Amino acid sequence: MYDKGAARGVYIHWSSCFAEFWLVLECTMAKNNSLHPNSNGETDDSPNMLVYRKMEDVIARMQDEKNGIPIRTVKSFLSKIPSVFSGSDIVQWLLKNLCIEDQVEALHLGTLMAAHGYFFPISDHVLTLKDDGTFYRFQTPYFWPSNCWEPENTDYAVYLCKRTMQNKARLELADYEAESLARLQRAFARKWEFIFMQAEAQAKVDKKRDKIERKILDSQERAFWDVHRPVPGCVNTTEVDIKKSSRMKNPQKTRKSVYGLQNDIRSHSPTHTPAPEAKQPTEEELQEQIKFWQAQLDRHRLKMSKVAESLLSYTEQYSDYDPFLCTPDPSNPWISDDTTFWEMEASKEPGQTRVRRWGFGINEVLKDPVGREQFLKFLESEFSSENLRFWLAVQELKKRPIREVPTRVQEIWEEFLASGAPSAINVDSKSYDKTTQNIKDPGRYAFQDAQEHIYKLMKSDSYSRFIRSSAYQELLQAKKKKSKNLF
Amino acid sequence: MGEMEQMKKEAEALKTQIEAARKAVHDTDMASAAAGVAPAPQVQLKTRKTLKGHLAKIYAMHWSTDNRLMVSASQDGKLLIWDSHSGNKVNAVPLKSSWVMTCAYAPSGNLVASGGLDNMCTVYNLKTPVIKTVKELDAHTGYLSCARFLSDTEILTSSGDTTCALWDLETGKQKTVFLNHVGDCMCLSLSPDMNSFVSGACDSLAKLWDVRDGQCKQTFQGHTSDINAISFIPSGNAIITGSDDCTCKMYDIRADQEVICYQDAALNSGVTSLALSTSGRLIFAGYDDFNCNIWDSLKGEKVGVLSGHDNRVSCTGVPEDGMCVCTGSWDSFLKIWN
Repeated sequence: MYDKGAARGVYIHWSSCFAEFWLVLECTMAKNNSLHPNSNGETDDSPNMLVYRKMEDVIARMQDEKNGIPIRTVKSFLSKIPSVFSGSDIVQWLLKNLCIEDQVEALHLGTLMAAHGYFFPISDHVLTLKDDGTFYRFQTPYFWPSNCWEPENTDYAVYLCKRTMQNKARLELADYEAESLARLQRAFARKWEFIFMQAEAQAKVDKKRDKIERKILDSQERAFWDVHRPVPGCVNTTEVDIKKSSRMKNPQKTRKSVYGLQNDIRSHSPTHTPAPEAKQPTEEELQEQIKFWQAQLDRHRLKMSKVAESLLSYTEQYSDYDPFLCTPDPSNPWISDDTTFWEMEASKEPGQTRVRRWGFGINEVLKDPVGREQFLKFLESEFSSENLRFWLAVQELKKRPIREVPTRVQEIWEEFLASGAPSAINVDSKSYDKTTQNIKDPGRYAFQDAQEHIYKLMKSDSYSRFIRSSAYQELLQAKKKKSKNLF
Repeated sequence: MGEMEQMKKEAEALKTQIEAARKAVHDTDMASAAAGVAPAPQVQLKTRKTLKGHLAKIYAMHWSTDNRLMVSASQDGKLLIWDSHSGNKVNAVPLKSSWVMTCAYAPSGNLVASGGLDNMCTVYNLKTPVIKTVKELDAHTGYLSCARFLSDTEILTSSGDTTCALWDLETGKQKTVFLNHVGDCMCLSLSPDMNSFVSGACDSLAKLWDVRDGQCKQTFQGHTSDINAISFIPSGNAIITGSDDCTCKMYDIRADQEVICYQDAALNSGVTSLALSTSGRLIFAGYDDFNCNIWDSLKGEKVGVLSGHDNRVSCTGVPEDGMCVCTGSWDSFLKIWN
């Protein structure tokens, strides 16, 4: 375990440092030691950890001696490839041991696990699962994402530098790695001697190791960096949504340097702002809370059976208007590339389906510009349009620029509510009094109460008359306009 | 017992009584009520359009009310206005801060807004010969997670500072501040009648607010982690929430409780975004595992998957006429499906 709190100067004793690193690596290769509870005995239940645990359960099963994936050493040319299994092996195992229906789903799940670095292709930086003979290896638990690594760029610099010291074709830097190394050399120009020393020391220790062990360790270390510094264009599974990373992380849980280096270079992510501390509520706040809960208790609750009924009937009624459930007429412009449907909607001539929808409720008429027009026309024919005209005027007022509002409020008052108004409307006395007060300091919502009252009146009176009217019924029966000839 | 202790006990007792009252009206559950309904058709949607143009992760998108134009926001520091049917980019708005988290299209089509780690909501006018910044709404002390226009004169915002706010666009000041959440507010949704809205936060609660008087009318609990996405159903009687706990839930406003939970043992990633079809029957939910799952809202069953993105699906949206669904992803593409 790394003791992040240990006081270490920038120029640390490298020999003791990474010897510890390799020791830990050896110990953890054989056992699953991540996700052990912290010093309080609590397990971390954050969303990421829940997911890591699930993946690690699957990995444990994959590594099971009896029922897991068979791991073998493959002889190739003059050398041996230790501790590998093929992509098809993984796919077959997933299909057999998990509730997965097809190969596509197995590849998707496997690729996600590879992208998190739980197993990796030994000859490729890109972490995906292929259903073929490509060789894969398991990652050592030390490098698992559940250990909450956030490796610093200094670590990456040491790693890349070390790679250049290992004169092996298979360990040559890829283009993007060479570019990263160049960038890091510029960024850490003043510290480069130290970084070089670290790399050299690690390379030295490396040479003394057993060949086979080195192959495995090298590939695992490389896979770790493929997760934290992915090939450009690849998914970076360590990326956190910036909304989440803006909240303070527990500093004890995040482990920074993989090689035990201390450094003061800040990472490039946006600053972590500390979350507001949970305060004890004040007496006033408690009283507010009690008032709130009392009001909640007093509220009327609708029975679930009624809720279900209304949900079902709404979805039923509107299913004809849902293009995912019922093909629109004449066609869905996204599928047929024919925009007739949109042209019809924009036209003044409403089709039958559209007219039928007005019958669902007053809101449908008021939402549709053509519906509003027809509703108004009907009411005017009956000389009872003042309610609707008032409602429309108030809606329009809400969108006016503030400098025009006082004048408009006055105009609406004069037209509809003042004594002797030409289009007098009937409002209850409470709303009338409130409105009289409001217009003294006129704002966009001066007529809110009056408007609500008029809306209720229209709903029960004018609207039902409109739906029963011959004008509406005629529109409903009218033949559909012929759609454009498509040929 | 001290007065504070007594009051705390009183508050707890009220909460217990409320739970009892909720149970009392729970005379059936949605599963049995919806048993008789014909299952939604197994939905197999195809990608009709792929909109390419952003150079980095897409964080948000929003349809215009004309059902063709849309705005998308990306970490490449741009807002792009698309005529999505033709695939053409109509406008590009360069952002002062590239850490953008949300974007919105005004119902009139005249304005768009964006916001993010700069803690501000910036409003732009699309109708001037050159796109101009109309207002910079600067009063939140945390990141701007979501914004929605009520009209050309008012906009609602939710923020990482745990508050939501209603702004007057002419004065650029906050008219009302909505205080009650104890965690970062991550998302908001306006009711169809625009008189109320709901917000979801990192305290795993969803709250219903009155737009005019600023009061929290109701609180919905049940999730065990951050609520990342929220939406009213078209009737306005219930809301759907999506969370990091890998589930979506429907809460009914009149019954004041959770009605259905949309979950699957095989789904192990958080929900990032959601949108509903026009009848409310289908829920399109975007997840961290790069897929968008389609749920039957009445029966609580998964009826389809939208697979095609190479990275997390960060935003989803259905236009007003419900003709298609759009998904935006960290892979920098927007896809239109139906």
